[in-house]
Amino acid sequence: MSTVAPAVQPASPAADHRPEFEVVTSWKAPIALGIFTVVAFLLFVAFGREGISTLRLSTSSDLIQLPDLELPTLVTGIVISVLLLLITGVSVWMVRSKRRVPIWLISVFAVLFLIGFLVWAAAGETIPVPGLLFGSLSLAVPLIFGALGGVISERVGVVNIAIEGQLLAGAFTSAMVASLTNQPLLGLVAAMFAGVLVSMVLASFSIKYFVDQVIVGVVLNVLVIGVTGFLYSQVMAPNAELLNQPPRFERINIPLLSEIPIIGPVLFRQTLIVYIMYVAVAVVYYGLFHTRWGLRLRSVGEHPQAADTVGINVARTRFWNVSLAGAIVGLGGAYFTLGSVGAFGKEMTAGAGFIALAAVIFGRWDPIRATLAALLFGFASNLQNVLSVIGSPVPSEFMLMLPYVITIAAVAGFVGTSRGPAASGKPYIKS
Amino acid sequence: MSKSVNFRSSLHRIDLMKLELRGITKRFGALVANDHIDLTVEAGEIHALLGENGAGKSTLMNVLYGLYRAEEGEILLDDVVQHFNGPGDAMAAGIGMVHQHFMLIPVFTVAENVMLGHEETKAGGRLDLPAARKHVREISQRFGFDVDPDALVEDLPVGVQQRVEIIKALSRDAKVLVFDEPTAVLTPAETDELMVIMRQLKASGTSIVFITHKLREVREVADRITVIRLGKVVGEASPTASNVELATQMVGRAVDLTVDKAPAVPGAAALAVRGLTVLDQFGQILVNNVSFEVHTGEILAIAGVQGNGQTALTEALMGLQTRVTGEITLDGKSLRGHSVRQVLDAGVGFVPEDRNEDGLVGEFTIAENLMLDRSNAEPFVKRWNVQRAFLSAFAEKKVKEFDVRAQGIETPVGKLSGGNQQKVVLARELGRDLRLFIAAQPTRGLDVGSVEFVHERIVATRDAGTPVIVISTELDEVAALADRIMVMYRGRIVGIVPGDTPRAVLGLMMAGETPAGEGAAA
Repeated sequence: MSTVAPAVQPASPAADHRPEFEVVTSWKAPIALGIFTVVAFLLFVAFGREGISTLRLSTSSDLIQLPDLELPTLVTGIVISVLLLLITGVSVWMVRSKRRVPIWLISVFAVLFLIGFLVWAAAGETIPVPGLLFGSLSLAVPLIFGALGGVISERVGVVNIAIEGQLLAGAFTSAMVASLTNQPLLGLVAAMFAGVLVSMVLASFSIKYFVDQVIVGVVLNVLVIGVTGFLYSQVMAPNAELLNQPPRFERINIPLLSEIPIIGPVLFRQTLIVYIMYVAVAVVYYGLFHTRWGLRLRSVGEHPQAADTVGINVARTRFWNVSLAGAIVGLGGAYFTLGSVGAFGKEMTAGAGFIALAAVIFGRWDPIRATLAALLFGFASNLQNVLSVIGSPVPSEFMLMLPYVITIAAVAGFVGTSRGPAASGKPYIKS
Repeated sequence: MSKSVNFRSSLHRIDLMKLELRGITKRFGALVANDHIDLTVEAGEIHALLGENGAGKSTLMNVLYGLYRAEEGEILLDDVVQHFNGPGDAMAAGIGMVHQHFMLIPVFTVAENVMLGHEETKAGGRLDLPAARKHVREISQRFGFDVDPDALVEDLPVGVQQRVEIIKALSRDAKVLVFDEPTAVLTPAETDELMVIMRQLKASGTSIVFITHKLREVREVADRITVIRLGKVVGEASPTASNVELATQMVGRAVDLTVDKAPAVPGAAALAVRGLTVLDQFGQILVNNVSFEVHTGEILAIAGVQGNGQTALTEALMGLQTRVTGEITLDGKSLRGHSVRQVLDAGVGFVPEDRNEDGLVGEFTIAENLMLDRSNAEPFVKRWNVQRAFLSAFAEKKVKEFDVRAQGIETPVGKLSGGNQQKVVLARELGRDLRLFIAAQPTRGLDVGSVEFVHERIVATRDAGTPVIVISTELDEVAALADRIMVMYRGRIVGIVPGDTPRAVLGLMMAGETPAGEGAAA
């Protein structure tokens, strides 16, 4: 009936063509866990502190009041240290029997260690847990916006070192525009434009003229620091009342949700920018993995030539998505001035853009994971604030180091073998 | 089932398409890659475009596909002039392409690759993956492909990846399908299957342009043959023409397709490999418990489809791989765990498979490239100073001896043709006192003249008593050179067989089937 020739038999009888693997045993995880266990025993047991550590779980304005959690410091320290030792033992056993240490086990270890540390540091003191978390989120907001921009930019194939510059430009512009117009929303829009402007320079140099993306990014950062610094001291600071007193966004309590114990006050008594951030994370995730926009964007970042051969304009896709990334990062910049501090300060982003970049890598170029990484970094920064307030025995200089140490450990230790977009950082030169 | 009936009926489409290229000229700087090429592909025929590497076949097809813009000439489909500003236009007009290097995103699934560029969406802009899966299944069924729409492309063997490329083109209703050197990466069995697929496509009304330099395949499947040489059409040939006739037309002179070679006089075992296993950084097994020997005065050819562990094996021998277990001994001395420098000093010569990436420094001159391996030793270097006078004399001698055609020894090797580049590599590697010579894909991408030269040199090296390993994916080359043939499949040795083993047997072995009557190879 049909003109179709008989079907071809499949190539070979072997159905499974997947490559064979042998587990490469790495002692990295057990050694790291071992070191931390030793630290735990030294700190929590050998140099253990007597007393009761109080963890406050509710704020005074909560509807549902949870009782404070009172833990005997030394006993808690001993229990946690023993648990840590057990986990280390399990990891050693796993590597010996040629298995990989699962990431959830390492996460459990990290959380336990952190609780132990908190309890130890708070001997005889009270730690307000909602306050600790609230501060963490506040510090994480610009990181999350930065990381989202970074994820989009890298996924489309352009390394975005200029996140720092985009944040700073956003912070400066939003302060200026919001002060002049007395409209925080206009400040927000202006911040996005500033971010886009920085992005477009990066995009045109790296996409059109094939200049090394890292170098353009670094130069842009320096440029933005210089320009904003100059304008700040020459224009803004002398006219501070007119130019650097932006109205801040009001906190909006979301009914019901804001009364959930512990997380309610943290997540749902926030300003508009933070709510925009929640939406942005969800939209970027959905867009990246479930829409035409995301599919094309990722194809351009993985194999631009393949994208080109199915009719996708690589240069245009890269240009507009890098610009979009700049707009998102700009929002993060606005948070500095309109959401938290309330005024622009010279170099006020202080490396947040680079931490955001680390969150992108730690989060394996995935918007949700990058957000979680940014939250972790925010937590580390805020831990230092809280501990210095309650007078912890650790020198504050050491604690200042903590977020960066965690960043380095995270990026170097646990994502060593993760794979980014294949064509990220490589210009696409059509012959 | 009504769906599949609809699909069947669409097979009987009468909208066959005729393709015509008129006077296509494409220049890259001073180089004329295509010089007024005329080509007519009648509706529903398989038209072979035969030519040597570098003859301009791929350039022509990239012009047709809208990737390059021709300086002169026009493209006509059913006698209507077309203006392609990019591949999107070409596809919309009904031209599909199965690229030599697959244009697939490795980390995407089959369905995602097929839908990319013409995605259908549902409410909320959500990608309609179920529709794409169904599309893949329908086309697969039509041609009897066994392709899982949800498999990641990087997990698929190359033969299946190629089918994904075909599905991709067909899902856009391609009426003219271009296959660019499609058999380069396939096993002989997969090649035969591809021939069947091409005939099926033709039967369903698709016109096919088949670009290749392999004579056997052309004669098997083509309806008409156009031969191009140095960017020009040199004539048409009939599929009934003999190999020698086709080769002569392709190269432009009489060609000797065989290698003159006396029977081997193998001596003692020189290289012994025992239980060699190589892992990559993620723990993937590249070479799996391999043991073999190579004797003085023989050529051992390692055959197999690209990507079955040959590359990792040679790199392990050279000291270029890190996760290596097992034994490697040369003349009784262990080589495993030694640096590349130590391996070279032990008397191993090595022609890497990618001469531009690993064999030469393109911006360096011929002379400088000739001393790369001895850059730390007299007489080339004395007290940190390169001995220019000595180097020049040495280079002049080598250039003459190996017939390197160039302006002079100060020409950057990047400016040379592939054949001349390979001669520079050979001149350097054969210039030392060798106890073992390894040549990986020694004639890949070379013109026929250079192939003859390289083959003669390799045989001469063997005749001088040096053990030789040749790694090749081309069965013709293996058959021409080998005294013994070792076939690799998925990191393992399938068998080690005599040099005159028939093609069909080798083809089965390359697909992983142990030859009948042969035990596991030692």
